Amino acid sequence: MSALSFKDLDVWFGEGRDRVDAVRGASFEVAPGESFGLVGESGSGKSTIMRALTGLAPHWSGRMAVNGRDVPPGKRRDRAFYKTVQMVFQDPYASLHPRQSVDQVLSETLYLHGFRDVEPRIERLLDDVGLGPTFRFRYPHQLSGGQRQRVAIARALAPEPAILLLDEPTSALDVSVQAEILNLLTDLRTEHDLTFLMVSHDLAVVAHMCERIAVMRAGEIVEVMGVDEMRAMRPGHPYTQSLLEASLGYHRG
Amino acid sequence: MSGTAWREWLLTDTPHSRMQARAAALYQGWLAFRSNTLAMFGLGILVFLLAVAAFAPVIAPHDPYYQDLANRLQPLGTEGHSLGTDSLGRDILSRLIYGSRITLYIVALVALIAPVAGLIVGTVAGYVGGWVDMVLMRITDIFLAFPRLVLALAFVAALGAGIENAVLAISLTAWPPYARIARAETLTIRNSDYISAVRLQGAGPLRIITKHIWPLCISSLIVRVTLDMAGIILAAAGLGFLGLGAQPPSPEWGAMISEGRRFILDHWWVATMPGLAIFTVSLAFNLLGDGLRDVLDPKSEK
Repeated sequence: MSALSFKDLDVWFGEGRDRVDAVRGASFEVAPGESFGLVGESGSGKSTIMRALTGLAPHWSGRMAVNGRDVPPGKRRDRAFYKTVQMVFQDPYASLHPRQSVDQVLSETLYLHGFRDVEPRIERLLDDVGLGPTFRFRYPHQLSGGQRQRVAIARALAPEPAILLLDEPTSALDVSVQAEILNLLTDLRTEHDLTFLMVSHDLAVVAHMCERIAVMRAGEIVEVMGVDEMRAMRPGHPYTQSLLEASLGYHRG
Repeated sequence: MSGTAWREWLLTDTPHSRMQARAAALYQGWLAFRSNTLAMFGLGILVFLLAVAAFAPVIAPHDPYYQDLANRLQPLGTEGHSLGTDSLGRDILSRLIYGSRITLYIVALVALIAPVAGLIVGTVAGYVGGWVDMVLMRITDIFLAFPRLVLALAFVAALGAGIENAVLAISLTAWPPYARIARAETLTIRNSDYISAVRLQGAGPLRIITKHIWPLCISSLIVRVTLDMAGIILAAAGLGFLGLGAQPPSPEWGAMISEGRRFILDHWWVATMPGLAIFTVSLAFNLLGDGLRDVLDPKSEK
C-alpha cells in the first residue's frame, strides 16, 4: 500500500472562461518511508499538487489517497488526515504569525491535536529541530530565516505525522543555511520514519534528498525516474534532458 | 532588582518565560511611544481628564447644580468662581469638571460598541467570503448611507431624548468604517501562509478569526478609534447642542454651549469655556491616535 497515491489528478483555479488548469492528469505513487521529489519550472504545478492534497486548493478531480484511504472531495479534511499529513511552507517569513511567540505556535498546535502534556512536548520538539529552550519565548522578528524554518518544521512535526510535505523548504534561505536545514530534514526522516513529498526547482537539493523524482512541465508529469538515472544524466524525455542541462549552469560559447 | 537590571530584563532578545516575553513586547512599544512628544502630551491631557473625572467631588469648588440667581453671568476671575457663572448662577468650572464624567462615559460606550461590532462584521465577511460577505457588506453600505443626525433624531423621537440614546445613535452610524477596515485587513491576511498553517492543524473558522485574525486587525482599529474619538465627542456635543443628547440641567459640554448661545455676544465665556474643554480633549485624542499609529501599525514593524 502506498503512503500517497495520486491518480488522474486535475487541479484548476477559477471557473468558466477564467479557468486555469494548474495540474492535468497527474498520477504517481509514493511508497511508505520513501522520499519523493517533484521538480519543474515555476508555475509547472508542483506546489499545487500539495495544496490540493491538503485542501488549500479546493477545485480538483481524480483520486488521491493517503495510506490507502481516499481523500474526500473539496477542501474538507478530518482531524485524522491532519495528524497523518503535515506541510512545511516555502517562505518561513510568511508562515509564522507575526504576533505569536514560538511557544504560542507550538502549544496551540499541540492543543489542537489533543495532546495535554504540552510542556515536555514543546521542549522535545525544539530539541528535535536543533533549537534550544532559549528560543521558546521569542517572536518571529527575533529569529533568523533558518531559525524560523526550524520552528515551522517543529510545528509540522508536533502532531507526529507519518508524511511530511515540503514545499521548497529551503528556497527562501541563503546557501549555508540551506544545507543545515536539508541535513536536519534528513536526520528527522530517519529518526521519525517519515515519508517525504518534496517540491523543488533546485535539482541539486532533490538529488540530495530524494530517491525518486517526477518531472513536471505545464501541469503535466512528463517523467518519473530514479535519482540515480538523473545523476547519470540518462533521462527518458527531452524536457528532462534540457532541465538537467540547464541545472549545470551556463556555458560561455 | 535595580533599575538597569529591570531594563535589561525587559529589553532582552532571549526571554525566558511567557510573562517576560509579553512584558518585553509591551515595554518596547512604550519606549517607541514615549519618544513621540506630542503623543505623550495627548496622553497627559487624557490622564488628567481621567483624574479630574475620578475626583470630581473633591476638586469641584461648588455643586454643579446649585443655582444662585443673584450671582448670574459673573465674568472670569470673579471671587469664588474663577471661570465665571452661567445664566442661572451655576459655577462653570464645577460644571466643566462634572461634565468630564459625561464625556468619558460617552467615549467609553461608543468605543465599546462601534469597533467591536465593526470588527466582528468585517472579519467574518472577509474570512468567510461569498454570499456572507455580500450580505454583510451591503448592510454596512446601508448604515453608511444614514445621516448621523437624522438617525439620532429618529432615535430620540422613538426612545426619548437622553445621553444613552445619543450614544446608541452615534454607535450605529460609527461602526461601518471599522467593518470596512477590518474586512480589508482580513482579506490581506486570510490567504497568508500562517493562516494556511493553522488550517492544516485542523483549526476551525471561529478559532482562526478570533485568535489569529483579530490580533492583527485590532491595532489598526485602535488607531482609527482614537482618531475618531474627537469626532465622536464633537457629535455628542452637537447632539447636546441641538437638545437631542444630554438634557438640562446635566453639565454636558455640548448642552452647556447650547445654553450659553443666547448670551454669546455679551457674556462670551459661558459658551467659550465648555468649547475650549471639547477642543482640548478632542486634540488630545488626535495626538494620542497619531502616536499609537506609529507604535501599533504592523507595516512599520521590523
